[in-house]
Amino acid sequence: MMCDFLFSLVCTGEIFELKAELNSDKKEKKKEAVKKVIASMTVGKDVSALFPDVVNCMQTDNLELKKLVYLYLMNYAKSQPDMAIMAVNTFVKDCEDPNPLIRALAVRTMGCIRVDKITEYLCEPLRKCLKDEDPYVRKTAAVCVAKLHDINAQLVEDQGFLDTLKDLISDSNPMVVANAVAALSEIAESHPNSNLLDLNPQTINKLLTALNECTEWGQIFILDCLANYTPRDDRESQSICERVTPRLSHANSAVVLSAVKVLMKFMEMLPKDLDYYGTLLKKLAPPLVTLLSAEPELQYVALRNINLIVQRRPEILKHEMKVFFVKYNDPIYVKLEKLDIMIRLASQANIAQVLAELKEYATEVDVDFVRKAVRAIGRCAIKVEQSAERCVSTLLDLIQTKVNYVVQEAIVVIKDIFRKYPNKYESVIATLCENLDSLDEPEARAAMIWIVGEYAERIDNADELLESFLEGFHDESTQVQLQLLTAIVKLFLKKPTETQELVQQVLSLATQDSDNPDLRDRGYIYWRLLSTDPVAAKEVVLAEKPLISEETDLIEPTLLEELICHIGTLASVYHKPPSAFVEGSRGVQHKRLPGSSAAGVSEAPPAVIPSQGDLLGDLLNLDLTPPTTTGPPPPASSGMQMGAMDLLGGGLDSLVGLLNTVLSEAVSLRSSFNVPVSGGLDDLFDLGGGVGMPMGVFNPPKTVWLPAMKAKGLEISGTFVRRAGVIQMEMTLTNKAMSVMTDFAIQFNRNSFGLAPAGPLQVLTPLSPNQSIEAALPLSTVGPVMKMEPLNNLQVAVKNNIDVFYFSCQYPISMLFAEDGKMERQVFLATWKDIPNDNESQFQIKDCHLNSDAASNKLQGSNIFTIAKRTVEGQDMLYQSMKLTNGIWVLAELRVQAGNPNYTVSTVLVVLAVFKSYFSNTNQNE
Amino acid sequence: MIGGLFIYNHKGEVLISRVYRDDIGRNAVDAFRVNVIHARQQVRSPVSNIARTSFFHVKRSNIWLAAVTKQNVNATMVFEFLYKMCDVMAAYFGKISEENVKNNFVLIYELLDEILDFGYPQNSETGALKTFITQQGIKSQHHSKEEQSQITSQVTGQIGWRREGIKYRRNELFLDVLESVNLLMSPQGQVLSAHVSGRVVMKSYLSGMPECKFGMNDKIVIDKQGKTGSTEDGAKSGKQSIAIDDCTFHQCVRLSKFDSERSISFIPPDGDYELMRYRTTKDIILPFRVIPLVREVGRTKLEVKVVIKSNFKSSLLAQKIEVRIPTPLNTSGVQLICMKGKAKYKASENAIVWKVKRMAGMKESQISAEIELLPTNDKKKWARPPISMNFEVPFAPSGLKVRYLKVFEPKLNYSDHDVIKWVRYIGRSGIYETRC
Repeated sequence: MMCDFLFSLVCTGEIFELKAELNSDKKEKKKEAVKKVIASMTVGKDVSALFPDVVNCMQTDNLELKKLVYLYLMNYAKSQPDMAIMAVNTFVKDCEDPNPLIRALAVRTMGCIRVDKITEYLCEPLRKCLKDEDPYVRKTAAVCVAKLHDINAQLVEDQGFLDTLKDLISDSNPMVVANAVAALSEIAESHPNSNLLDLNPQTINKLLTALNECTEWGQIFILDCLANYTPRDDRESQSICERVTPRLSHANSAVVLSAVKVLMKFMEMLPKDLDYYGTLLKKLAPPLVTLLSAEPELQYVALRNINLIVQRRPEILKHEMKVFFVKYNDPIYVKLEKLDIMIRLASQANIAQVLAELKEYATEVDVDFVRKAVRAIGRCAIKVEQSAERCVSTLLDLIQTKVNYVVQEAIVVIKDIFRKYPNKYESVIATLCENLDSLDEPEARAAMIWIVGEYAERIDNADELLESFLEGFHDESTQVQLQLLTAIVKLFLKKPTETQELVQQVLSLATQDSDNPDLRDRGYIYWRLLSTDPVAAKEVVLAEKPLISEETDLIEPTLLEELICHIGTLASVYHKPPSAFVEGSRGVQHKRLPGSSAAGVSEAPPAVIPSQGDLLGDLLNLDLTPPTTTGPPPPASSGMQMGAMDLLGGGLDSLVGLLNTVLSEAVSLRSSFNVPVSGGLDDLFDLGGGVGMPMGVFNPPKTVWLPAMKAKGLEISGTFVRRAGVIQMEMTLTNKAMSVMTDFAIQFNRNSFGLAPAGPLQVLTPLSPNQSIEAALPLSTVGPVMKMEPLNNLQVAVKNNIDVFYFSCQYPISMLFAEDGKMERQVFLATWKDIPNDNESQFQIKDCHLNSDAASNKLQGSNIFTIAKRTVEGQDMLYQSMKLTNGIWVLAELRVQAGNPNYTVSTVLVVLAVFKSYFSNTNQNE
Repeated sequence: MIGGLFIYNHKGEVLISRVYRDDIGRNAVDAFRVNVIHARQQVRSPVSNIARTSFFHVKRSNIWLAAVTKQNVNATMVFEFLYKMCDVMAAYFGKISEENVKNNFVLIYELLDEILDFGYPQNSETGALKTFITQQGIKSQHHSKEEQSQITSQVTGQIGWRREGIKYRRNELFLDVLESVNLLMSPQGQVLSAHVSGRVVMKSYLSGMPECKFGMNDKIVIDKQGKTGSTEDGAKSGKQSIAIDDCTFHQCVRLSKFDSERSISFIPPDGDYELMRYRTTKDIILPFRVIPLVREVGRTKLEVKVVIKSNFKSSLLAQKIEVRIPTPLNTSGVQLICMKGKAKYKASENAIVWKVKRMAGMKESQISAEIELLPTNDKKKWARPPISMNFEVPFAPSGLKVRYLKVFEPKLNYSDHDVIKWVRYIGRSGIYETRC
């Protein structure tokens, strides 16, 4: 074989021989030599040493040889930039060649040579080729602009190539239009905010016309581009849909799916009562079904997409259940996906059929598939209530097969069914118990143990069953250990007389012999509960459990919307947003569906999941603040956004900040505190509950400021501390995304006390997935000032390589108390008298068991200084001062009556809330 | 877009490697080999993400084609492109085998340069490609200026699949309606699911740029005509019409015209191509009915009886009939009696294979088997896979009929009547299974 010979020869690496052949006079010999070079390049051999010799062959009129040399050039030009310049002349010459194929070849190859020095020389030939008379050259040049942009974006902009590219959208040749659209879309992706692809009704019209005429690939480029357009109104939306629907009959699945994407997106804008809306829905089903007769790889992509479409618009495919039935010869990846969709489409109408199928699948060979089928039966039971009974009996049949993994999987799902329909199917427990011995997977063991514990009163030998598990307690996985512990405690609460020994055994195993903190903690909690208050224990442990939700596996709506905008692409295959797997700036833009239901940015409801801090605050509020107090207001997300705007547009504001003198500041501070029951501040201090140090500044524990789900996987938790007179923001940055994060930076919005970072955020190493890093950011108090609501609110922007994220947090006012806050006694006295009455407010702190000295000591740790103390009628009066970083003094009088746990504080200016909450903390500590 | 394209042999050695994008490094070639080709377990997905790089692969015999990207590409397009790439290669040098790929590597690089630019698929119609990518590279030098611009306008033009100036002495058209009928039937004879997926495959040898119009007994078209024509006529033809669930067309078909008028008009490519694909689910003629009877006699014996009935006109003949009856894994011996054809127990395939060469319509035939089993401790019951069947019949199980195929070429002097047309119907079994 000649070519086998080619492949083997180069393996010996006879560079020298090749060199001689390349310089041979005979054309044929030259060509063979270049072929050998390319062959060795393919298998990964380094033949860059031959660069000059190969480039010498470029000057030829043999097109095949030229192409080979170009191929070589594209591969090695980067490693030999100086030599690559030798090729420039030929390129420039070729771009003038009378043969359009050669002109195109030159412009195509030029763009693939990523050498900076060369790119400059490319501009003139490229400009000519963009206006070439031959469409073949123009369509190649259009793509070349994208190539050049990838090498040197600035150059492309400076040379005005983008405008020329835009002009090509109006070209007479459909393929030129398609390639121009593709190139522009790609360039626009790396400039998210540019208005590069200025889509308006006129350009859309041009694109739709080209759509009918260009190649299948061009149609895909155009449809993918159309999907980014947002129609002005429902009429425009409908007219585009009408012109796109014929594409649903195209033989190329990609054209079909891209058309589906456009239709799914624009459908959002159509009113649902419109006749056309119904017609469109009907038109979508057949092509989707047809995709399932394509090659298996395409079926897989189609099924992943159908999974999304079914979640967004179940009505489209609700009658098409049968086509998702698994075929015996389907590849496993197709089978698993079909199963998923079957469950999604299951309804009362078709459940009988589905169950019969699932039962059939549960007897197949592939273990994963069988497991998923069994699990699917359980999910059907939970989804379609009417079918639950049939599902349970099907599962029991499957348990009878005694196939180990089927039994285990069945038990896991039966547990879920019990949780959905309590007290309905307990009759099957006996059958389950028979299979106890065959369970060897933790999940199944845990499920079985849960069932035994939950229904202990109906299982006569529950204690024996659980005892049997107890023997090998330490060999079990944590999941099983925890479940066993709980189950035995439940058993004890239900049958206290016979099981005392058992419960003691498990408690000691969990608390004394285990080194798993979770297990130990749970053990101790149970132990204490049981020993102090068995009634309470019963209420806690045997409390009614919330029913499990119907659809636990639905994709989160905002993600689903984004994925719908990415139908047909990798994102829809992975069911992940592009930012999760694409590096750099590309694909970071979040796409949204148009229409009223999902409008705009402010979509995420604020504080869906209360952060830990809020919860803590709420808990502590219960007994410390007057009953009228409600929980802290959730951070207003709209405010956050506005703040973010300010942050970016800052600069000028520092001037305003200067003008905001101490005086005006004082007034504003006061006014904000006179707001009745201003929850924000006091709650803030509550956060520290239980952790504050007896001496020294109390430091609240870290709370989650930025949850990972709002920030593409970046989680930030943090707190503020004051150490040796320096305020620090201590943060833990955790990467919960799949990609490495780098380039962190931080910025604050203007805030009440002029807090600003004193230095850059020090995160030097890239943050890899699942890694956390601690960062301490020293703060200065000389930044621009703006009154915030609540006063101690701080809006922060954190940037990394992925995006910019905004969050707001609140800092403890005590952090701002300066070390030099001790006032001269005389000054204090004079000031105290001078301050007008309405600057004063009074407050009582209840249930504080410190004596006055202890309190005074404690407060000093936080830079609250006691200036004087006097005793009047058994009451200790403490006079205190503190100074805020912005120079405002706060004076306070603290009355402590021995034996009375209630303190009275009179403060001048604003400190009321600070005091109150400070004491609540100390209170907690005792 | 596609960042690179690799072709490997079954051992994972690279035969072709073409990188289009800077973000794809040389190590991507190895990553795919190590993680997919050499992976211990079975490949569970045609798309794999390895170190933030996505790989799409398809396999042709033992050759792997892999496309690589780091971006959020259109996944459907990538697979369609890979199939297309296979078609193009097959059209140039036949079967995609290691030997053929190695022998044609220069050609493959040339093709890859032409049909994929910076990862964007370009015109990939072999008809057009063959005009300027030839294995004799020098040929393109001899094109005249007119020829050159003709090539480029064809490659980029609206009718990229056909070149001008084709001439045949005899204008001929071959039209095959190829259907595969799929069935899943319960042991009791209830149809669980049945559908026909059909293809209209053409071979056209026509001169010039002919305009073709294809008509079939599509229910929507016939009903429409029935309304305008006489009622009697409509009712008569309405009986023979079929409801098509969905159809897709070769890119030569004018889709907007189909969408508005439901007429199929096109300028055909030269030579072989697939004009359309369609799917029907209603009123399917099931050519065979399989009636299984399985009886377990004790723990070591099974009695199986299978009857097949042919359900079509007795004047027609079915061919290549094969019934495959799965047997349990612990089968030790099989005795077979069949009335027609030959039957054999194939231990390696765990199945009884019964072959009948020919069978006329409205007949029935039967096989009975006694299967002896080895006693086992295996708790798992035998899964009883379905009985499957293969056959070929000379009609379209969907009921599709070609009504006309008209050819117009105004510029040349041949008319529709001068074109010799051949129409053939072949129905084959797809997945034709009966549970037992």
